[in-house]
Amino acid sequence: MKIVILGCGRVGATLATMLDRAGHKVSIIDYSNEAFRRLDPKFGGETLIGNGVDEEILVRAGIKDADAFAAVTNGDNRNIMASQIAKEIFNVKKVVCRIYDPIRQSTYNELGLDTISPTIVGAQMMFEALTGDKPKKAQ
Amino acid sequence: MYIIIGGGGDVGYYLTKSLLSQGHEVLLLEKGNIRYQALSEELGQSVVRGDACEARTMEEVGANRADVVIAVTGEDEDNLVICQMAKKRFNVARTIARLNNPKNELIFQKLGIDVTVSPTRSILSLIEAELPGTTFVTLMTLKRAGLEILEIRVPPDSPIAGKTLSTINLPRSGNIALIIRDKEYIFPNAETKILANDEVYALVSRDGEDALRTALGTTR
Repeated sequence: MKIVILGCGRVGATLATMLDRAGHKVSIIDYSNEAFRRLDPKFGGETLIGNGVDEEILVRAGIKDADAFAAVTNGDNRNIMASQIAKEIFNVKKVVCRIYDPIRQSTYNELGLDTISPTIVGAQMMFEALTGDKPKKAQ
Repeated sequence: MYIIIGGGGDVGYYLTKSLLSQGHEVLLLEKGNIRYQALSEELGQSVVRGDACEARTMEEVGANRADVVIAVTGEDEDNLVICQMAKKRFNVARTIARLNNPKNELIFQKLGIDVTVSPTRSILSLIEAELPGTTFVTLMTLKRAGLEILEIRVPPDSPIAGKTLSTINLPRSGNIALIIRDKEYIFPNAETKILANDEVYALVSRDGEDALRTALGTTR
């Protein structure tokens, strides 16, 4: 799979390393050069410095023939905008977006975006670890 | 009308004041504490501290009864989310977003934002109009009608100088609305002659612009 990742924070870097090891073709974008230090030294993918909501940099990262796109910057809105650009303008088949805010996540789920909220996932896992139960869904 | 504005920078501030003076109900949302304090001294109840992309905040300020939501923060992605949330979650009829990077216009339109305003593009047009030697400037775009208002300066060597409007091959989708000559204005008819150094104001559809350029023999 050819994948473009936006954001080389802890999650982005870990994700990029995992995908690279699994044999996928990875391009990762971040606006700071320092961020790429988080990558595994054996990382074989491509790194690009730039602003991920700028179409030019997405094109340079190969988004036109990407199979997948992941937005994992620390800004919900940036992730949301970049994901929608990937989906609506570049028609990338698989787009996954990290959104911390649970309410924003539910709105964008309704709009058809694939999202992951570490807030909810993290809280659920803590709940299970503490109580041994799964949390009940809100009515 | 009840108008909610996201972003308490200069644009948000002046917009709020202007709309209030026109008698509308306005609510400005500013998320920074220091800026909020400064704004509330002058705007009082018309400004609330909060983030316009947070659903909880928008609920508290009655977003579902807002007629218009205007997003004028300095970040395009924030403006995008404010408008999308307003439309999707609160069914706000009209959303207007400031666009700092003109390249984002397409994605904003595709995602259903009603109106985008790009300060960069506007300033560019205004400055271009002031540059000596420019002959063809787009002053303004009337988005809903798909029309543009153009200002054309007729150079002395123009093929149309000295011709009457009826003899110039103007496109059907264009209309010469006004001619300014030596500080006098003329509302032209078919028999009006165009002279060198005239300032011609035309209304034309987006597609008609090229045909108009050809007809008037001007290139940028």
